[in-house]
Amino acid sequence: MADTIRFRIRRQDHPDSGPYWQEFAIPYRREHNVVSALLAIRENPVTIDGERVAPPVWDSNCMEEVCGSCSLRVNGRARQACSALVDTLEQPIVLEPMLTFPVVRDLLVDRSAMFDNLRRVKAWIDIDGSWDIHTGAPRISPQEWDLNYALSRCMTCGCCMDACPHFGLDRDFIGPAPLAQVLLMNSHPTGKYSRADRLHAIMSDGGLTDCSSAQNCVRVCPKHVPLTAAIGKLGRQTTAQLLRDIFGG
Amino acid sequence: MSTAKPTAIVVGGGLGGLWATLRLVEAGISVDLFALFEVKRSHSACAQGGINAVLDTKGQGDTVWQHIVDTIKGGAYLADQPPIKTMCEEAPGLIRTFERMGVTFSRTPEGLLDLRLFGGVKYKRTVFAGASTGQQLLYGVDEQVRRYEDQGLVRKHEWWEMLSLVLDGDGRCRGITALDLRSLQVESFSADAVILATGGLGLVFGKSTNSSNSTGAAASRAYQQGAWFMNGEFIQYHPTGMIGDDKLRLMSEASRGEGARIWTPRRAGDPRDPRSIPEDERFYFLEEWYPAYGNTVPRDVASRAIWKVVKHLGLGVRGEDRVYLDLTHLPADFVRRRLGAILEIYETFTGADPTETPMEIFPAPHYSMGGLWIDWEQDPATGGMKHGSPRNHQTSIPGLFACGECDGGYHGANRLGANSLLSASFSGRVAGESAAAYISGRSRAGRPDLEGVLGAEQRRQDEINRALLASDGPENPFALHRELGQIMTDKVGVERDNRSLDEALTGLADLQERSRRLGLDDRGPWANASLPYARQVQDMIVLARVIAAGARQRDECRGSHHKPEFEMEIPAGKFPGDPEFEEYVVRWKENNERWLKATVAQHTPEGPAVDFRPVDTSVLPPETPRDYR
Ligand SMILES: Cc1cc2nc3c(=O)[nH]c(=O)nc-3n(C[C@H](O)[C@H](O)[C@H](O)COP(=O)(O)OP(=O)(O)OC[C@H]3O[C@@H](n4cnc5c(N)ncnc54)[C@H](O)[C@@H]3O)c2cc1C
Ligand code: SF4
Ligand code: SF4
Repeated sequence: MADTIRFRIRRQDHPDSGPYWQEFAIPYRREHNVVSALLAIRENPVTIDGERVAPPVWDSNCMEEVCGSCSLRVNGRARQACSALVDTLEQPIVLEPMLTFPVVRDLLVDRSAMFDNLRRVKAWIDIDGSWDIHTGAPRISPQEWDLNYALSRCMTCGCCMDACPHFGLDRDFIGPAPLAQVLLMNSHPTGKYSRADRLHAIMSDGGLTDCSSAQNCVRVCPKHVPLTAAIGKLGRQTTAQLLRDIFGG
Repeated sequence: MSTAKPTAIVVGGGLGGLWATLRLVEAGISVDLFALFEVKRSHSACAQGGINAVLDTKGQGDTVWQHIVDTIKGGAYLADQPPIKTMCEEAPGLIRTFERMGVTFSRTPEGLLDLRLFGGVKYKRTVFAGASTGQQLLYGVDEQVRRYEDQGLVRKHEWWEMLSLVLDGDGRCRGITALDLRSLQVESFSADAVILATGGLGLVFGKSTNSSNSTGAAASRAYQQGAWFMNGEFIQYHPTGMIGDDKLRLMSEASRGEGARIWTPRRAGDPRDPRSIPEDERFYFLEEWYPAYGNTVPRDVASRAIWKVVKHLGLGVRGEDRVYLDLTHLPADFVRRRLGAILEIYETFTGADPTETPMEIFPAPHYSMGGLWIDWEQDPATGGMKHGSPRNHQTSIPGLFACGECDGGYHGANRLGANSLLSASFSGRVAGESAAAYISGRSRAGRPDLEGVLGAEQRRQDEINRALLASDGPENPFALHRELGQIMTDKVGVERDNRSLDEALTGLADLQERSRRLGLDDRGPWANASLPYARQVQDMIVLARVIAAGARQRDECRGSHHKPEFEMEIPAGKFPGDPEFEEYVVRWKENNERWLKATVAQHTPEGPAVDFRPVDTSVLPPETPRDYR
């Protein structure tokens, strides 16, 4: 079997229909990653039983691990399919959607909860408008930049959300990725001005206290976003906010 | 209807589309924003190296004028100059705005924006955010659009694909039809103006550095409905593409800016490990041929040099289509700090560490200088583009605007590195402003009625989809796409000749015929990805014919378009003042008389009708050729 690559793929035709499994095999090439393999299957979607089927549906765009589209569970763990080199994977390679999100079809899920949560925590800087005001933002030291940049690399791929034991279909938890964006916005020299609004958004139900520090999230993040460190810092910021809320200032 | 608030449609949520959205909202116009997926995943996120703006904070005396000159000359004078002038002048203001949005630009020890060197330029002029500048810029505007979305001023239609424009009885663009990529329902949407910001077309070449969203299909659809397409033949090859099965991932130009050297063994087929090859047996051909710029020559020059070394001199590494891009002489920690994210890409996808082993690269299709033709208005007071004119960025279809990589302005025959994040942002901003001016300048009374056309166009599109799903023709869209890429890469690539181009044109016409006989493996009614893909392939073939037809017509070498048969080389070793050089300048000017014109293609049922239009060279008349020696 060394000259083929074998896949076991969880299929689901519709959000309301049940899942089923199919197996595929494609000719071996050292260069294959999971997306390039799916492309090969798509062109000739024949299962190992010789049945011609509809090609599996999945999401991908940049194929260089920066757009965040192609998150799947590969052999049980959520990651970017484009950077999952088949040579590093045990076969048959098992592909499943990230089941903490609603399945649209096959490997494609609906991640709108993440984007809704970015809205919920007001993950933006309040600027007067997108015109030039002939001045930039205040200076940022290279040391502050280091942390900000690490946080800003989050591509909303959802792997951390899939790994978190508290995020899920009928749970309210905001989840690690949008939380980390709160810290990023609160760290910006003018983003700070709306810090209280963002902190209040994560102090209510489904907020920071739903995290049990299980650390699953940080282990799967393909961009090495320092999620648990961020959550820790936010804990201190919310405590300080609570005191400000009570005593003013 | 006439009492309703004005609205605009923006198709595309990369840098261009999101900037346009912001400026429309800020002009009091609410926006329906369409994209193939969450806008945050747009191809703009891929840009690594940076964005140009003259900040002159490195003590080098960089000037805005020099940025203008570099952009004009870099494009071999083929772009209209007044818009370039305004873009370069307003670049620093855009950077300041991005900074206020919270973009994490890299910093100097003093906490100011750092600058790096990029190709085709002698000064440090490129602002960057680590090695993921496009991602950070995109997120900056994405967050601002989300803020307006939260205020109810933007309605996002993500996972919707534009299929066609809706034109009224006067030929004005009054809306679009779009396909819900989940339910496969087609709907019509009306608006007071439509902006296309649908990105590049790398996928026409099969494998490229582009993301899957860069099919050019949306621009092709506008073209097929009457919009002119300009300068299609100008396709930039990025000299440093990684060799890949599914995609040609990019090794950013930033690596050369930070000191990477391109070389190949002097001995053909040298089997040795690159690290064991002594200095004097390495051929640093860019440094030898272009001593003034060395490894930072512009992309077209670098791509052709690599092509020449590999295809004509037979000196590719191990006899294959590849040369080395070498960073191993630089301190590993410096390299990691400056180029971390892009090196990660190389490591992730090849398994090799570029700080230890030279990378292997080859030119890859990367950027389309051409695109939808756009109008603009000159401001006599400044010589630049007139602020707030509704003509700016309007296509040949009234009411339809274009911005970002899908418009053909700014870059002429070749784009400078780090200039397209700038043009995508700037053009988005301008298109938003000019669409707003267009909307406020037109009375809503007395317009042709829309109801009939909206319904008719929707039914037409539905019918096309139904027919495709029902058809069981012999052609597989995925295989057809691969054939398309093969033709374009082999015959419309880095070097072109008329015989191959004729073959390409015949091959493409044939492919187009075959693309009418598709059979899909997926006929499902829900989230069927094969259906939209099949339609994209059909429209890509139409665009490929525009590209090949322009290339066939243009019998000269200019920027990225290179036909060796018509090459006019600068006499070796001769410089301004030498009689041979001056004679060359005379011939160069004669050639400009003939060819310094924009190619403009119009759709006909038989194929593209190609014509030429004058170029505005009022800012920097073409007196001196590009010379990167
Ligand atoms: C690997 C790489 C690196 C680069 N690095 C740099 C760099 O360092 N500096 C630089 O200046 N430039 C760089 N570029 C070029 C630059 O990134 C692009 O030119 C620019 O981002 C294009 O932006 P855009 O807004 O026009 O399009 P995109 O970002 O491609 O956005 C297109 C949008 O249109 C939508 N869309 C497309 N078709 C449809 C349809 N039919 N219906 C609905 N929506 C549709 C998509 O969903 C997407 O949202 C790089 C390009 C590549 C490939
Ligand atoms: S640390 Fe918190 S957010 Fe991360 S996985 Fe654990 S519970 Fe979820
Ligand atoms: S934090 Fe990491 S894993 Fe989570 S969404 Fe962002 S990039 Fe993905």
